[in-house]
Amino acid sequence: MAQLLLKNGRVIDPASRLDSIADLLIEDGSIAAVHTGIDAPDAEVFDASGMVVAPGFIDMHVHLREPGFTHAETIESGARAAAAGGFTSICCMPNTSPVNDSVTVTSYIVEKAKRVAVVNVYPIGAITKGSAGEELAAIGSMKQAGIVAISDDGHPVMNARVMRRAMELARSLDLVVIDHCEDLNLSAGGDMHEGLQSLRLGLRGIPACSEDVMVARDILLAEVTGARFHVAHISSRHSIAMVEYAKSRGLSVTAEVCPHHFSLTDEDIRTYDSNFKMKPPLRSRQDMEAAIAGVTSGAIDAIATDHAPHAGSEKMQEFERCPFGILGLETALAVTLETFFHTGRLNLMQIIEKFTTAPARILKLNRGALSVGGVADITIFDTQTKWTYDVNRSYSKSRNSPYHGREFVGGPVATIVGGKFVWRRDQEV
Amino acid sequence: MARGLLGIEDLDRREIEEILARAKDFQPLQNQSNKRLDLIRGRMIVNLFFEASTRTRTSFEIAAKRLGADAVSITASGSSLQKGESLVDTLNTLAAMKPDAIVMRHSASGAPHFLARYLPIPIINAGDGTHEHPTQALLDALTILDHRKTLEGLRVAIIGDIVHSRVARSNIYLLSKFGADVVLCGPAPLLPAEMAKLAPGVSLTYDMQEAIQGAHVIMMLRVQLERQNESPFPASDYYPFYGLRREHLALARPDVLVMHPGPINRGREIASDVADSKQSVILNQVENGIAVRMAVLERIMR
Repeated sequence: MAQLLLKNGRVIDPASRLDSIADLLIEDGSIAAVHTGIDAPDAEVFDASGMVVAPGFIDMHVHLREPGFTHAETIESGARAAAAGGFTSICCMPNTSPVNDSVTVTSYIVEKAKRVAVVNVYPIGAITKGSAGEELAAIGSMKQAGIVAISDDGHPVMNARVMRRAMELARSLDLVVIDHCEDLNLSAGGDMHEGLQSLRLGLRGIPACSEDVMVARDILLAEVTGARFHVAHISSRHSIAMVEYAKSRGLSVTAEVCPHHFSLTDEDIRTYDSNFKMKPPLRSRQDMEAAIAGVTSGAIDAIATDHAPHAGSEKMQEFERCPFGILGLETALAVTLETFFHTGRLNLMQIIEKFTTAPARILKLNRGALSVGGVADITIFDTQTKWTYDVNRSYSKSRNSPYHGREFVGGPVATIVGGKFVWRRDQEV
Repeated sequence: MARGLLGIEDLDRREIEEILARAKDFQPLQNQSNKRLDLIRGRMIVNLFFEASTRTRTSFEIAAKRLGADAVSITASGSSLQKGESLVDTLNTLAAMKPDAIVMRHSASGAPHFLARYLPIPIINAGDGTHEHPTQALLDALTILDHRKTLEGLRVAIIGDIVHSRVARSNIYLLSKFGADVVLCGPAPLLPAEMAKLAPGVSLTYDMQEAIQGAHVIMMLRVQLERQNESPFPASDYYPFYGLRREHLALARPDVLVMHPGPINRGREIASDVADSKQSVILNQVENGIAVRMAVLERIMR
């Protein structure tokens, strides 16, 4: 019987409201016991003193680029980057090539992940065929094949009638609809947030209202259909206010925010560095503050990375020619600690919720808790160690991070999936 | 980052004054039979124009030659760019030929700034997208100063498609640094309210009469249809509302200067008789372009 004993960590489990110094024993991939003074003479011991032992983190929004764009990322490399970021489960968006709009692609991802991924990979299926926004994809069959949500991420469903039908169907299948909220007519041609900084740099703007009108539309459609609607990468203060309002009215509306939207603003784009270019774009200081307030108040449920690798050659171009998207898996926890923990805005229990119980609840995943008898997916991190992010040592195949060279305090220490270490900081070369 | 000239925004008042003072030294050359000075003899300058330009490219070429430098001009058509080579690769290839400076025009805002982070060679921005056109603002300032003692306290109306104009941005920064009052005027979809926050002393109006009232200088901008993927303003309304006509000049100061960075569209943003009027200094701007570019090239290469 394989045993692993995590000694003397601060065990925090939002699902059971546990927060105490304890040992955690893993047996054959499952959590066998959580209490002080566990005696297991044959177990491999990991000294977690001074560290936090939490349920495995879930990132409900990543791009693994496989199939189709494996020069930028693969299921294997993305999963390794996830492990190094403390994530034990990741949900991959369907904008691959071909698009994940069929059982064939869903099954390919599920099977490939079983063979090569060190973390759990849950595919998200497309809403429409080819994410073209016209004809609904085979959502029911994809659910049977393993998708955990539907989204046309990156290619918003512009036709409200199509979105309505998708929501009706999703409700009947008990799937959440995740929308990348962007009115493509309002955002057309834009490269960064529309505001003083875009005018200064002479770059075309993506107005905040291009996000807001779609969030408004989708909230109304969610009410009409009774569907569960989740706003991907929320970034504008008005959108956050609308989500808060929808919640106050009892609708099943949730939202995630990316670490870059609560730590960077459009003013950080100074030298036309495309590592600061993503969708939605880095917005104004007021929007960033609203994102921080939204996470703090609970209006924003979850933190997700929108990890979007692009090969170096694609990002080494004129700003307006570069694709949108940045890496996020390896820096998410550290950025979150910086914004919320070191400033005293949230305690560790609240922060861990954003990465565990919240995404598990939104996706109805049986993950994100430290229950005895449950799968031993565990994230170990600390809050004190100073370190500097070096993107050139990333496990991702790409290098497009705005956080390269940034110093952080605290971050992942070890990641355990199904009872086995899949990444350990002390074994980094 | 090698020392070049990427924009007016990054320059301080003293640096601008030095360039303008040096340009004044070069102005008399235009009327001499021997126009050549060998101040930077043997230096090699590459003019790299990814976007069509006649006057700016020619002006830089002449400026380089008058300083005794060798100038090579490359335009996008016929270059490797059309064979799918990336901007970085094109520039690295050129850099391997060891020019002393690269003068660059590009349709993408920030393209020279992006390259300046990777190349050890000074880059002079000859216009990047809708961002900056620093030598234009310098030559505009020189032209105004040919007729005025100082820029301070002048009321300068900049009229036209402001949001897409790199000329407007560079002039806004320069004029503001010297204490001029800048009034921006144009159709609302081409003049976002936030433009007034670009620099101190900038205000904004959609009414042309108001903009011109008491102006010392009127800068007209070309309507840049090629930068617009929509029609944000009804074309037939442009000239009636924002075209500069004779009757407007009566609202300005009697000695108002009418400027235009060119190329002008007669009857579109400016009446033909206004372009040719005695208030017009449009051709002086062109002439001053050479002196200013000589000053910039010399400053960077000495």
